[in-house]
This record gives sequence, C-alpha cells and structure tokens, in this order.
Amino acid sequence: MKRDLMGIVGAVALYALLMGLIESEVIGAFWQLNIVLICINIILAVSLNLITGFTGQFSIGHAGFMAVGAYLSAVFTVKLGLPYIVGILAGAAGAAILGFAIGLPTLRLKGDYLAIATLGLGEIIRITILNIPYVGGASGLMGIPRYTTFTWAFFLMVITVLFIKNFINSSHGRACISIRENEIAAEAMGVDTTKYKVIAFTIGATFAGVAGGLFSHYFYIAHPASFTFMKSFDILTMVVLGGMGSITGSITTAILLTYISAELASYPEWRMVIYALLLIVLMIYRPQGLFGNKELSLKLFSRIMGGGQRGAAENK
Amino acid sequence: MEASSLTQQFFQQLINGISLGSIYALIALGYTMVYGIIRLINFAHGDIYMLGAYAGYFATTFFKMSFFPALIFSMVVASTVGMLIERLAYRPLRGAPKIAILITAIGVSLLLEYGGMILVTPQPRTFPELFSTATYNFMGLVVNSQQIVILVVSLVLMFILTYVVNHTKVGKAMRAVSFDTDAARLMGINVDRIISFTFAIGSSLAAAAGILVGIYYNSIDPLMGIMPGLKAFVAAVLGGIGVIPGAMVGGVLLGVIEALVSGFLSSTFRDAAAFIILIVILLFRPAGLFGKNIREKV
Repeated sequence: MKRDLMGIVGAVALYALLMGLIESEVIGAFWQLNIVLICINIILAVSLNLITGFTGQFSIGHAGFMAVGAYLSAVFTVKLGLPYIVGILAGAAGAAILGFAIGLPTLRLKGDYLAIATLGLGEIIRITILNIPYVGGASGLMGIPRYTTFTWAFFLMVITVLFIKNFINSSHGRACISIRENEIAAEAMGVDTTKYKVIAFTIGATFAGVAGGLFSHYFYIAHPASFTFMKSFDILTMVVLGGMGSITGSITTAILLTYISAELASYPEWRMVIYALLLIVLMIYRPQGLFGNKELSLKLFSRIMGGGQRGAAENK
Repeated sequence: MEASSLTQQFFQQLINGISLGSIYALIALGYTMVYGIIRLINFAHGDIYMLGAYAGYFATTFFKMSFFPALIFSMVVASTVGMLIERLAYRPLRGAPKIAILITAIGVSLLLEYGGMILVTPQPRTFPELFSTATYNFMGLVVNSQQIVILVVSLVLMFILTYVVNHTKVGKAMRAVSFDTDAARLMGINVDRIISFTFAIGSSLAAAAGILVGIYYNSIDPLMGIMPGLKAFVAAVLGGIGVIPGAMVGGVLLGVIEALVSGFLSSTFRDAAAFIILIVILLFRPAGLFGKNIREKV
C-alpha cells in the first residue's frame, strides 16, 4: 500500500512535469501525440504481459480486443451521445465479455495452437466489424470527437499498471505465475488452472479495450485496418523485448519502441525491419528479453540517488 | 435463382476452389513438413511464397525466361533462402523454449516482408502473362488455361514429393527424424542436414505456389504472403499437421470452402471462413482430419 502511494505520488509528479512542458509548449504537437501513444501502448503491453508474460498463455489476438474497445466506446459516445467515461467503460466491458467468451474455450489449447487460435480470433473480430455497416464497415467509424487528452491517457495508464501490478502480487497473481512455471505442477497443487487462465485473459482483454477507447477518441476514427494482427505483433514485440513477466520492462520498451517509430515515422519499412532484427537477435542471444522477469525497482533508483529506501523494492 | 443455375454456380465455384486450393495445398505442405520435423510453426513460410513469386517475376521479366525455367529458378532461389533462414535463425535456437522459436519465426517473417518492401518497393507489380489465356466452356462451366496449369503443376509436384518422401533414402531419413529425432540421430542420420533438406523442399513448393498465384492473379506485392500463409497453415491443421496427404486434402478443402463462401455468402467473409474452420478444428479435433491423437507426455 505504501509502495502504491509512492508510485502514485511519483506518477503525479511525472504528470505535473509533462503537463507543464506541454502547457509551456516545450513539447510540441507531434511529441504530445507520441506521449499519448506511449500511454496507450503501455496499457496494451502491460495488459498483454499479464496474459503472455505472467500466465504464460501465448496470445496474438490483442488487437482484436483493442478494436472492440475502440468501436464500442465510439458507438456509445458518437451514436448514443453518452459521456466519454461511459464510452470507455462500455468498451472495456465489451472487451472483457468477449475476452471471457473467447478465453473459456480456447485456453484449453497450448503453445503454438493457442497462439494461432488467438491470431485467428483477432482476425475474426476484425472481419466481423468490417462487415457491420452500422459502424462504417470497411471505411471505418468516422467523426469521433477527440475526448482523449494527455490527462485521460496518463491516468488510465497509471490505473492499469497499478491494477495489474497488484493483481500479480495477490494470491490470484501467484496462481497465474505458477501456471506459467509449470502447469501440471500448479494443477497438482490445487490451482484451478482454467479459472486463472480465463481470469488473466479477461483482465488483459479489458485493458486492451480501454486502450482501444483511448485510441479511437484520440485519432477521430476507428478503422478496421488499425487492428490487424500486425498490431498484435507490435504489442507482442514490446512484451517480448521488455521481458515476459516484467511490467517495468514492458513500460520501458513501450516508451522505447514508440519513440523509435516516431523518429522513423517517414521510413515505416525500416521501422519494421529494425523490429524484426531486434526480435531475432534478442531471441538468439537473450531469449528472456531485456529485463527477464526482473523489475526496475525503487531500490535501484535509491541506490543511484543515495536515498534511504533500500528495502522498498517496488516488486518482490 | 432457379435450381439448375444454382447447381451450375456450385460447380463453377468448385472448380475455382480446387485451383485455389491446390495452391494452398502446396504452401501447406511446407508448413506440415517443417512442423512434423521440428515442431515449429514457420511463420516465415508465407513470405517464402512471396519471395518465390518475386523470383519468378524477375526471372521472366529480367532474364526473359519462359514458364518452366522460371519455375525451376524460383524454386531454387526459395530453397536456398529457406535453408539459409533455418541455418541462421532457427538452428541456434534448437532446444530453446518453443515460444522463443515462434517469436523468431515472426521476426523472420517481418524481416522478409519489410526487407522485401525496401528492396522491391511496396507497390504491387503486374506479373507477366506467360500463357495466352484460353477459356474452355464445358457443359456451361468456365475453365481457363491458368487453372489447368495450376492444377497440373501442383499435382506433378505433389506426386514428386510423395515419391521422394516414401521411396528414397532421404525421404526415409525425413520420416525417421520426424518420428523420433533422437533415435534417428543414434541410427547415424545427420539430423541437421535432414532438417535443412526439409526446409529446402518446403520452400521450393511454396515458391512454385508463388509463381502459380502470380499467373492466376497477375499481381504480386511484398505482403502477399501473409494471408495465404496463414490460410495454408489452417489447411495444414485441417488435414492434420505433420501429415503430408493431410496437407494436400486440407488445402484443396479449404480452397473449395472459401470459394463457396465467397460465391454464396459474401466475399468479405471469405477470410473469416478459414479462421472459423481453424478454431472449430482446434477445439473439436485438434489432430486434424488425418492426424492421430497423441496423448501428451507428462
């Protein structure tokens, strides 16, 4: 609890700093956009890390849940004229329900098969949306007001990270980690593996839905082409590079990769080539990702700054 | 619509489906053989198919080759690249966790797609017409010469493959490695060489499929491999992954189902059909149509 408070205080301080820089126009419109994008990507990466990194269930359908959140929240705000927060919550709820409905049957599959099934499901979601004229079909749902501000993106990101961090440190989270470590042993110790896999999958889907809502309300449009499995690969890259089972790793790579793609905005092919090479080289030389399953902790910072909180490691 | 024209449309879609399906089958064979031998879903396989199409394109436009030399050329190029990928990206990871290899495969796939974009530009290219298009009317059904070429070439290649796998020494070694790698190694089989060989064969079949698609659709682009690659994987799962005849039947079946869906329902649902089949198969018969159920060892 104390650590959470410190985290919140740190986050508020960071928020104040960034907001100050935005208000005083030190950070221009381009980087402001990318900061919002970083927040969205952090939500996506951390929520996928819960499924793939902590619970060990390889999912490549995350963009599908993001799409559900993006469209459903836009339907609530644009078509029904409800407030933004209702839209976000509806998007999250829709993604959660779908995550539950999809997770229950498919999480019986393992490894490669689960990966390919989630990829297929993500595409089915996208193609289904593509065929609903009510939400614009292939041309996308246009005319979404820009409700997402830096404040919204930042604090929803903080909520996501805190929620998932606390979930992982709870007994439920430990059950999830035990499934990743050894499913059979976990089952033998009395962990209801199906239940915890579905819980992790549903929570991950929920936050992907939140990210989708932020996304569509920032870019004025929800378009089916934004949610292909390439987007899922993008998110997966962040999780894998950062380290499967490291929240701070996901955050770091989400920031890093969003920054790289912003810098390479005019050379999109090179961006993907760099991603690809990073993935291959990393898998060969450091398959556990940059941070492995370690967390960047306050301990590390306090050591650097000479502060007195040696025992207050953020995690573990 | 009256009944007779409905049946006619059915048979027409059946013809379209079989020619499309034999292309899926060619790609699916590579998936299934690689999976059978090292239990890896080679995500990059669809991009090898794209590479084969481009090799064929350059062979016919730049070197002015005719169909068969171009076919052989692109099969050789693709099998070299396939072996190279195996050597550089997958071999260092032998024995690594499955997820690490799968992610590497995704990386290789992205590298081929976007590296391809840098090399040959993302714009689609028009594949040269290698045959004069002739259409044959046959009891009210339309068959064109490309469809016949596709069918004949795929059948011949599948026949050669079946012969190699079942009646040659290399084929015997391949079957041995896929059955039990360690035992095969103990029997003096050079496992790494057999795996290389499997990648070479699989890639060359994918390249042939690439050229055939180029002829059929007249258009190729660096991202053309993604969807057929995924669908061919579905076909391999449908037939029972690791089973060679399964991949052939699964490919043709998937092609026919897709053609029927786009003919009778809506072409936008065509892509969804493949994935729905995948999910249904995975949930109810994960071993596929021809696969045997193997209990997982603890």
